[in-house]
Amino acid sequence: MQKGQLIFIGLGLYDETDLSVKAIQEIKTCDFVYAEFYTSSLMGTTKDRIEHIIGKPIQLLSREETENNENILKRAENEAVAFLVGGDPMTATTHLDLRLSAIKRGIPTRIIHSSSIVTAVPGLLGLQNYKFGRTTTLAYPEKNYFPVSPYHIIKENKERGLHTLVLLDIQAEKKRYMTANEGLQLLLQMEQKVEEKIINDTTVACVVARAGSKNPFLRADTIKSLQSIDFGPPLHTIVIPGNLHFMELEALVTIAGLPNKIAETMQKP
Amino acid sequence: MGRKEDNVKRARDIMNKLDYIRNIDIAAHIDHGKTTFSDNLLAGCGMMSEELAGKQLVLDYDEQEQARGITINAACASMVHSFREKEYLINLIDTPGHVDFGGDVTRAMRAVDGCIVLVCAVEGPMPQTETVVRQALREKVKPVLFINKVDRLINELRLTPPEMQQRFIKIISKFNELVDKMVPEEFKGKWNVKVEDGSVAFGSAFNNWAISAPYMKKTGISFKDIYDYCSKNDQKSIAKKLPIHEVVLDMVVDHLPSPKVAQKYRIPHIWRGDLEHTVGKSMMECREDGPLALMVTKIIIDPHAGEVAIGRMYSGKVERGQDVYVIGMPNANRIQQTNLMVGADKIPVDYVTAGNIAAVTGIRDAIAGSTVSSDPEMEPFERIVHISDPVVTVAVEAKNTKDLPKLIEVLRLISKADPSIQIEIDQQTGENLMSGMGELHLEITEYRIRNEHKVDIVTSEPIVVYRECVTKKSPYKFEGKSPNKHNRFYIEVEPLPENVIKALYNNEIPQNVKKYKKEVAKILQDLGMDKDAAKGVFAFNKLNIIADVTKGIQHLFETRELIKEAFDEVMKSGPIASEPCQGLLISLVDAKLHEDAIHRGPAQVIPAARNAIYGAIIISDPVLLEPMQKVFISTPQDLMGDASRELNQRRAIVRDMQVEGDLVNIDAKAPVADMFGFASAIRSATGGRVLWNTENMGFEPLPRSLQDKIIKLIRERKGLKPEPYPPEYYMG
Repeated sequence: MQKGQLIFIGLGLYDETDLSVKAIQEIKTCDFVYAEFYTSSLMGTTKDRIEHIIGKPIQLLSREETENNENILKRAENEAVAFLVGGDPMTATTHLDLRLSAIKRGIPTRIIHSSSIVTAVPGLLGLQNYKFGRTTTLAYPEKNYFPVSPYHIIKENKERGLHTLVLLDIQAEKKRYMTANEGLQLLLQMEQKVEEKIINDTTVACVVARAGSKNPFLRADTIKSLQSIDFGPPLHTIVIPGNLHFMELEALVTIAGLPNKIAETMQKP
Repeated sequence: MGRKEDNVKRARDIMNKLDYIRNIDIAAHIDHGKTTFSDNLLAGCGMMSEELAGKQLVLDYDEQEQARGITINAACASMVHSFREKEYLINLIDTPGHVDFGGDVTRAMRAVDGCIVLVCAVEGPMPQTETVVRQALREKVKPVLFINKVDRLINELRLTPPEMQQRFIKIISKFNELVDKMVPEEFKGKWNVKVEDGSVAFGSAFNNWAISAPYMKKTGISFKDIYDYCSKNDQKSIAKKLPIHEVVLDMVVDHLPSPKVAQKYRIPHIWRGDLEHTVGKSMMECREDGPLALMVTKIIIDPHAGEVAIGRMYSGKVERGQDVYVIGMPNANRIQQTNLMVGADKIPVDYVTAGNIAAVTGIRDAIAGSTVSSDPEMEPFERIVHISDPVVTVAVEAKNTKDLPKLIEVLRLISKADPSIQIEIDQQTGENLMSGMGELHLEITEYRIRNEHKVDIVTSEPIVVYRECVTKKSPYKFEGKSPNKHNRFYIEVEPLPENVIKALYNNEIPQNVKKYKKEVAKILQDLGMDKDAAKGVFAFNKLNIIADVTKGIQHLFETRELIKEAFDEVMKSGPIASEPCQGLLISLVDAKLHEDAIHRGPAQVIPAARNAIYGAIIISDPVLLEPMQKVFISTPQDLMGDASRELNQRRAIVRDMQVEGDLVNIDAKAPVADMFGFASAIRSATGGRVLWNTENMGFEPLPRSLQDKIIKLIRERKGLKPEPYPPEYYMG
């Protein structure tokens, strides 16, 4: 009878106080704790502070170590292993592979959920989660790699009147977090490349910075105006709205500072 | 004003009269007298003293060339010649005769429009004659023929006049056969040489005289007169009456095209840009008021001026202080000096115009083969470097560790000047590996490092560079997974058909697939490649192709450049012995991608595609190919046994053997690996009485019996585990 197990535990959005009581209890019963911060990072805390709360040391894994999961699985065959992930552990990650590999080896797995940026951002902005299309992520361009699929996804969503949640690249090992300003700039560059007239200076976008913190920063405006704003420390997220329900529009004006003049032009006749 | 200075002044004056310019080179089989020939042309034109000519070897300005008595560098020189009361500027590029330097010959051909092919009257057309004629015709360079060493027929072989005539007819018809075989379609029947019209000349470069049919008419001197003078051992008198430079340069002016004429048909052949567009139009018309287009054919290292780029001006004007771009490099380079070349001398001029050969300093980014323009967006010229080389490598170390930084700089300079030399740093051992086209090529380069660059070095024994290929189509599509397991690529590999490899080798397929997609697909389809594969080709790597034959896979396009990176990596270092791959058609047959761009970036796609390609090769019966050489030996009958024995010890296969008088000519092929040290072995076996030479002839599968042994040897040398990995290793 195997006694090992692998528990995926979500850490939530911002700091160590986002951990649920359930998460903490589970971790306390585990023999070993891993964590990865490359798919998402909790900006309001540190590894030390999380260790303090859970009362256990954490072994931090790089992307390579997580992907080459042999060590994690070996340990989980005989021990109860916790695997900590920012946000909700299976959202916007590729950890499904780790879970499937564990199951194939007969290692029981469980997921302890937590809040995710995917629901937090619409919530903060007052946008309805029913009206979002496919989510996309902007990657830092690299040599030979400048994906423009985010542009196509925004286009597709817009054509269907849907909002697009645009996540921004995290290069945790380089301490590099894409700002909303950089992201908007990339979108404009994609427009220049693809030229399907979806995004320009006057396009309205929403930016959320530090979701989950005490003072998240929200703003809806034209891309041009947004670009000159300093949104402060990471993480940032962008939403490109589709057709707005009157309640949504009101929310953007009231909560996210969308100028009335612009709001009027967006009001469906 | 001395004659040389006077000439320089005249050269400047003619430089922009296009009808009065000829750009030529001289090409020949080794020892057919090329350097002496060029020197005497220069001396005749007053570019060096006549007494020195034939002794000084101006074009052999590498001290080392003189020592070895063979020409290594293609040097260049301009001279002025009068023909029918008009003055002509003749720009001459000298090219090496030894086959190990074939890269230089190809590059020199790019710079010229016409070529004097020297053939020794005693030996007749030799294998390298065929090679140089092929190189000329491939570049649409028009040839004329000079039959050299005619005096030896009279004085040594004691041929009678009718016998001589027979021999000439034989040489000329053999030469014309070569031309017929390889001439571009549009010049069929037009580029053959004929005695009557003066496109053939005869003479003795060493004794400084020549004769042609028009010259006989003009001077009334007949062959009989020459025969008599030679028999009397008075060649000085002939040289007075029939100076070689007069006769030969008349032939050049009369039969070889001016840049204006030649560029009209050569530009579409060597450049793939839009011929109606500014640069293209200007090059077609050879205009000096158009944008600058300069093709660098050689870099020489001048002790005072540093790196000097020599090249052909196809359009515009290059002048001091001008900002120019080396295509493919980001920043402008500022021209410091512009020169005409006279032997080893650079003569500064204010500018050099279209149609001429320029020697320029200040173009830091240029290597031999670079395209230089005033327009950073200009389409570059077609590649000219031999692509299947190199075949031999040595490890180079500085004798004194403190010289290491200097050695690295010297190696960089050398590979810039001679792109057929490749320098690499072994990632495992940290050694500097220097690869070239043959044993001699590397020996000469080592000599230069020691004596010209003054770095004392130690080198390893030469090692053959093998190639990896497959012998069958993959039995199934090989799946490669990304590290996050959310992306999969499926690859099949098969050997490329021989004619496609040949077309790639001969540079008949545009390398910029993005730009010439349709053209590439058409050429490949015409060569018999499957329609879908031909249309899917998206990159080349030397003699390998990768094609995307998938249909409608979303987002796949975004990963294409990354797949290409993986392809390049594998082609550079294959799975069986980390040697370069050759002759592979890689097909991407399917792919499954993660929805979000963030989970299919370089860190995911490159390893996945790489493993898929490695795995596909491993399951398709991979083999090692080894470089082969043609070996020609000319031996007296009594030494035949010794010569054959030397060959037999070297896995050589005799392809043909012909007896000519007392001589036996052996035509054999042998693996480069077994030919190391052949020079001294055959010398000592035959007392140096055997003439021989070699020529690279591509790659052939290493015999089955040797495969495992050699693979193990290479892998151990490279610090790899002795056996290649099994397919499972690449499944992830």
